[in-house]
Amino acid sequence: MSDCLLTTLENGLMVALKEIHTSPLISQWIWYRVGSKDEKSGSTGLSHWVEHMQFKGTARFPASMLDKAIARAGGQWNAFTFLDWTTYFETMPAPAIDLALNLEADRMRNSLFDPQEVESERTVIISEREGNENEPIFRLSEAIQQAAFRVHPYHHEVIGDMADLLTLTREQLYQHYQAFYQPNNAVLALAGDFDCADMLERIQALYSAIPTAPAVPRLERPEPAQPGEIRLDVEGPGETAFLEASYHAPAANTDDFFALSVLDSLLAGPSNLNMFGGGGISNKTSRLYHAIVDRELAVGVHGGFSATIDPFLYSFTLTGHPTRPLKRALSALDDEIKRLQDEPVNPDEIARAIKQARAMFAFGAENITNQAFWLGYAEMFASYAWFSGYLEKLSQVSPADVQRAAQNTFQTSSRVVGNYLPSGGEIE
Amino acid sequence: MNQTHSLPGPDDITRFVLPNGITLLLRSNFNSPSVTLHGYLPVGSLFDPDEKLGLSDFATSSLMRGTETRSFEQIFDSLESVGAVLGFSAGTHTTSFSARSLMEDLPLIFDLLADCLRQPVFPPAEVKKLRSQLLTGLAMRAQSTGDMAAITFDKLLFRDHPYARPDDGYPKTIRAIQRDDLADFHRRCFGPAGMTLAIVGAVDPARVRDQVEEVLGDWVNPLQPAPPALPELLPLSETVRQHVPLAGKSQSDLLLGVLGPRRRSPDYPAASLGNSILGQFGMMGRIGDVVRERSGLAYYASSNLSAGLGPGSWEVSAGVNPSNLEKALDLIIRELKLFTENGVTQEELSDSQDNFVGRLPLSLESNAGVAAALINLERFDLGLDYYRKYEGMIRAITPAMVVEAARRYINPSALAIATCGP
Repeated sequence: MSDCLLTTLENGLMVALKEIHTSPLISQWIWYRVGSKDEKSGSTGLSHWVEHMQFKGTARFPASMLDKAIARAGGQWNAFTFLDWTTYFETMPAPAIDLALNLEADRMRNSLFDPQEVESERTVIISEREGNENEPIFRLSEAIQQAAFRVHPYHHEVIGDMADLLTLTREQLYQHYQAFYQPNNAVLALAGDFDCADMLERIQALYSAIPTAPAVPRLERPEPAQPGEIRLDVEGPGETAFLEASYHAPAANTDDFFALSVLDSLLAGPSNLNMFGGGGISNKTSRLYHAIVDRELAVGVHGGFSATIDPFLYSFTLTGHPTRPLKRALSALDDEIKRLQDEPVNPDEIARAIKQARAMFAFGAENITNQAFWLGYAEMFASYAWFSGYLEKLSQVSPADVQRAAQNTFQTSSRVVGNYLPSGGEIE
Repeated sequence: MNQTHSLPGPDDITRFVLPNGITLLLRSNFNSPSVTLHGYLPVGSLFDPDEKLGLSDFATSSLMRGTETRSFEQIFDSLESVGAVLGFSAGTHTTSFSARSLMEDLPLIFDLLADCLRQPVFPPAEVKKLRSQLLTGLAMRAQSTGDMAAITFDKLLFRDHPYARPDDGYPKTIRAIQRDDLADFHRRCFGPAGMTLAIVGAVDPARVRDQVEEVLGDWVNPLQPAPPALPELLPLSETVRQHVPLAGKSQSDLLLGVLGPRRRSPDYPAASLGNSILGQFGMMGRIGDVVRERSGLAYYASSNLSAGLGPGSWEVSAGVNPSNLEKALDLIIRELKLFTENGVTQEELSDSQDNFVGRLPLSLESNAGVAAALINLERFDLGLDYYRKYEGMIRAITPAMVVEAARRYINPSALAIATCGP
């Protein structure tokens, strides 16, 4: 990795830097190894709420000042919470990066969690959840996730259950923050128009005084093998039916993950790996589009999965045809899966998946925010080498690997099939 | 790195007009292995009859379903095999298209673009499938509190003007459209006059011009219509309000606002900065501050100025718990009153001016960002030096100009208010 500098400060903070001089911009991302999988029943939604509180100010950077300072500089900032991680980014015109550097170092330890702000944010997050609940797909996915993970903390949605959003306290939030927002639990990644040696010096000056924290014991509750297929129904408003079939999928840091990526491309169209910029590729020549949409068994089909630390889910989502039940579409899906389990794929199909991935990385590389994203993201479940070796790993996937991944992952006995049953009604 | 020189300008944008009326805008970016193409044609839902509303959208969605030389399968196989993307989407005045591919696949993109635009065949079986997909999309739209609030808002604000109509039609009008209607619409309305293409990537302008000329240079359509004359739009004289009930939803969406300036109106820069202060800057401006930050009523609450070829809308939207709907509306209307009565401070204006100028490099870093900017230059006739002069134009706006623009458009006692939820 000649273009990148990867190092770890004495206090355990991992730092990844990459010089890119095509635009006068710098993007900074800080990643914390904490997400919804670090939450017990009764305190779900903590990680996401902490993320919101990180925008509510420190003594040095009061809440009202932060948004304005970033916006005045013409910067962009945001944050995301996922199953395994929480991340914050700022993409700034290069001369204004100091603001982002100072802000991120300060709020690693010094956020205030003002009680009034906690209360005001409670209703904002409840409103966010209510907005999600308006979507049939959210309701269906939430039910499926809960059914697929009885033991593992992947069982709840990142935003948390309403019961917990109503009752979590300022102290719980602050403790969660104190425990996980530590240099030895974080990765700081920057890409853009700077000099690596100079940037490292500035980072050292900002973070070196923060001491290493004791490691937090993690929840280790592996999901036992699912003893059989689970079927469930979710009822709600609307006149469109949806079906989601979810299978337990391999963790990111396994060879099967790469075989499944190829499988994903040819079965459902490639999942877009870029979080920023680039966009995805259509899936109209995928096997499932042919088998289901072309034959008018459903009007849409999507498949996809995420890179996670522990095994999560590969999910297919079918959007119902106005006049046909989704039962036949599910049989067609089963037939296609069986074909992949029974017959090795043509090597040309693998070559195609690799070209698709190469194109998506090229589109994503135009964007500094996305490049900085990759520097840190892969560290959350593997290492930067996972990303830099991605295309190489894909090219090593053989037809036999794809067949094995289909056999291992797509087992009827370990899936959850959920139907969204619309209550119907007149539409305008 | 000198910021001004990284902004597109007359010295690095190449503009050609082909004899048949197609305008080409090109900018090279040799740092990128990929290429982006954006463009539009002057055809949209304005040409749809009421009883077949959605015709333009349906015809545009059909362009890639089969041509005289390629089937639907062949079109998408050639694109997806190389990880490229091409898509068309219909609007009110124009139909847009965009594509991106690795540099090596650009000739394929030109070939497909020309094929789909010039000789689509609207295969009956594909039209039937597409109709089901469109109807499902409309069924989902009818269940979206945000979409239904937006459709209702347009009806209240634009009344009997064509802008009151949703571009994608209604289930009844989509069912009324036959395969021959699509072919006829294409034959009459699609043509090269007024078509614009912007291409950004590792391209040589002269070579790209030749490539485009080869596939589109001999395209003519003598039937291509002039843009339809539109009736004048007058502001509302009093507040009108409508609620769309949607049972079983957890959240209500609200949308309220007034007519806004055209993109080419001299008021636009001042209104745009005013809108930033009202509901964009930082965490969604004054509206976000009052509705989200201070009252905790909503996850999103912001204002938006949507300005196009004709008069647009200046609107505030939010998603709130149904029990907080009236409270949120009151807070927002109070902000609109304060905004039009007291205007903005110099400090607020300077903040937004800094933001408008400072964010340019970020919005223009990717090929797609530059292509979108080039399209804007042409669509609104802003001039190739627009981005180089942008800072001066933004800094010249004063608080007095902002409040004048606000008062010209926003009358807090004559709003269109649309809400949707339980």
